[in-house]
Amino acid sequence: MKKWAMIAVSTLIAWAVWGFFGTKSDESEIEKLVLTGSSTIAPLAAEIGKRFESLHRNVRVDVQTGGSSRGVSDARAGLADIGMASRALKDDEKDLLQFTVALDGISVILNKANPVEALSKQQIIDIYTGKITSWKQVGGNDAPITVVNKAEGRSTLELFLHHFGLKNTEVKPHVIIGDNQQGIKTVVGNPDAIGYVSVGTAEYEASQGAAIKLLPLEGIAASVENVRNRSFPLSRPLNLVTRSEPVGLAKDFIEFAGSPQVNDLIEAQYFVPVPR
Amino acid sequence: MSLSRADRQLLALLRGCALLSAVIVLLILLFLLRESWPVLRQVPLLRFVTDASWHPVDGLYQLTPMLSATLYSTLGAVLLATPLGIASAVFSRYYAPPFLAGLYRRLIELLAGIPSVVYGFWGLITLAPLIGRLHPPGVSLLTGILILTLMILPTVALTVDAALAAVPIAYVRGAAALGLSRWGLISGVALPAARSGIIAGIILAAGRAIGETMGVLMVAGNVVQQPLSLFDSVRTLTANIALEMAYATGEHRAALFVSGLALMLMVLVLVGTAELLFRERRYD
Amino acid sequence: MTKNVLATGLIWLMAALVSGVFVWLLSDILIHGLPQLSWAFLAEAPENSGRSGGIGPIIVSTLLILLVAMVTAAPLGLATAVLLSEFTRYDSIFGRLVRRSLDVLAGVPSIVFGLFGNAFFCIYLGLGFSILSGGLTLACMVLPILIRTAEEGLQAAPNDYRLAAAALGMPRSAALVHLLLPSAAPALLAGLMLGVGRAMAETAALIFTSGYVDRLPNSLLDSGRALSVHIYDLSMNVAGGDANAYSSALVLILLLFIINTIAMSLAKQWLYRRVVSI
Repeated sequence: MKKWAMIAVSTLIAWAVWGFFGTKSDESEIEKLVLTGSSTIAPLAAEIGKRFESLHRNVRVDVQTGGSSRGVSDARAGLADIGMASRALKDDEKDLLQFTVALDGISVILNKANPVEALSKQQIIDIYTGKITSWKQVGGNDAPITVVNKAEGRSTLELFLHHFGLKNTEVKPHVIIGDNQQGIKTVVGNPDAIGYVSVGTAEYEASQGAAIKLLPLEGIAASVENVRNRSFPLSRPLNLVTRSEPVGLAKDFIEFAGSPQVNDLIEAQYFVPVPR
Repeated sequence: MSLSRADRQLLALLRGCALLSAVIVLLILLFLLRESWPVLRQVPLLRFVTDASWHPVDGLYQLTPMLSATLYSTLGAVLLATPLGIASAVFSRYYAPPFLAGLYRRLIELLAGIPSVVYGFWGLITLAPLIGRLHPPGVSLLTGILILTLMILPTVALTVDAALAAVPIAYVRGAAALGLSRWGLISGVALPAARSGIIAGIILAAGRAIGETMGVLMVAGNVVQQPLSLFDSVRTLTANIALEMAYATGEHRAALFVSGLALMLMVLVLVGTAELLFRERRYD
Repeated sequence: MTKNVLATGLIWLMAALVSGVFVWLLSDILIHGLPQLSWAFLAEAPENSGRSGGIGPIIVSTLLILLVAMVTAAPLGLATAVLLSEFTRYDSIFGRLVRRSLDVLAGVPSIVFGLFGNAFFCIYLGLGFSILSGGLTLACMVLPILIRTAEEGLQAAPNDYRLAAAALGMPRSAALVHLLLPSAAPALLAGLMLGVGRAMAETAALIFTSGYVDRLPNSLLDSGRALSVHIYDLSMNVAGGDANAYSSALVLILLLFIINTIAMSLAKQWLYRRVVSI
């Protein structure tokens, strides 16, 4: 037994060492670009980063997720070369520069089994503030509504509240979720839930067979198409943020991320490339 | 007793290492305090229990709903896992045929090693919808308790099993000689003899339940509220940190470190309780 | 008599319930995770945010984090254990202080280690989100386990060894190296494996210390994503990541199963009773 344990341990160590040094063949200086911020943008930024690396030798793009506010504050503090924010900069953040790489929308989602096909703006407000508590009151089943809200610090939450003129203290949620995917899972698992997530993520999941449907907002269908033609009322830019006019590697990266060379990556994440 | 030179050098080295190990706890406390200072300095402690709600972005820092969520979920999980864990240990030691007992013990050992993120993942996909059918929203205090129970059950079962194994064989033989039934033997002799091991296991499991993060985060719903029923969704202190930390800046971040301090306090209380319990026992 | 029958029935029922639930969980993961599992999955890099591709770099990062944690914690833990069991009377003030503080350390929730690691290693020491930060954070976390098992192992060494060595006039350091440590070796190894197992299962302490980057790290100062963090991210933040989350979970469980099996069988011969209760 002892011998086997030894063998197992040394194999693991050897594996790690091989993985570690096996890649270090290129000893020349490696430049590192650090991006932090919005978890909505992070997967996209990581993909763009990989393509960027394949075009620039000895460059490494590190993407860390946090929230948009985190991205903004990291960029401001210099902890990150580039911050990511899935919203426009606020008035007190105008000391920073923003570069839009893609567009996204926020859609209200219901379980596919829910017969409700549309909700007015006022109905959504009443549901989220706890004035409407049963689907019966809006023409659905006789079942209590499960309100899904987002955790503090998420820009999706801020934009949603802003659009509906709500304060987070007024919202009466039954479930609080962190990321988009958790929201979709919650709604899939609960026929009486209502939530709101990124349009891109929701449309991808629905196309993959997840039991959700996207509600139209103020009569306009929530679709990547309507985000593209800017008719969808609750859309947002996905921004890269820097402290000052970008130079060097950061400049190259931002230009690359804003060029048509990454359109396929943006669409693979179900976002909308900015018309250029 | 005199020590040789080599020994004295070794001793100095060992003392240094031990000191370092011991200082880590202080370092953790120090940094929690340091990072939560921006909020502690401005916000009187009382406001963490009297504010209207937890909306740190708006400067509201009510922590008690999360404290009670942590307490309720821990309590619930311990209440469920204790009988099940004891029954598991008793089963594999006294009831199951040898083949089955070995298999059962292997299963429990396997489960002890499964990471909490896997339990959470499974709970979210499988358990929450089932409970949601019973009473929406599905992600709730009850789901959290059930997942926690699964997570700490192996801990209870293994410690109780070990404690039962340590019961002197003479006790068991004596009881058998007195003609006690199997259950009489277990309830009258084995379990009382293993009492301190069982209590230690329960305390250990409680500690694990308090500190559990990912599993609860994924299935408890995370609404900051005092739960009125088992089907209400709750947010524990640990989930609060994991959920908001990556997104927090400034005073919001500091407030999360205050949650961390509160957790440390609970652990200290638990360790202190264990210490008291066992010190008393040493003298009785 | 009825009581006896009732108890028998109840205990069989509870055991059946427990195994039923766990078999349900394990078969669920096996059924959903096995189809994607292949050598390619283990070796390839994740693509499209982990929806496709494999987990090669993530396994490497995980092992590197473990390596850092163990290389740091093992000597420190061993030294502390030796001091506590060989050079300190059980009730001396220093020994009691160290033990007490280790008891508390063992109870610290992993998310608090995450907070601490983030504040201390990442920001204060300036290591950033890196494998080094994650590994050092985990080292603090597994230290009490290593110390406790090593101490138990040393105490299990026959006292005759110590007496004989003293009678021969051997320095205690020599007795330690030649007699006590070898006789405690299986326990030390078991503790090490338990520590590895605990560290590998950890998620909460790593999210804010070693980060999310899912590529092959070039140095210990690069961010690297651990397997458990990968599962969390796939299941919570990647649309369509469920299938690969199941497979990654299966890989993680298998690795932990191997490690824990080694630890348990080592521990069983020596100190089953105390080791499993850590």
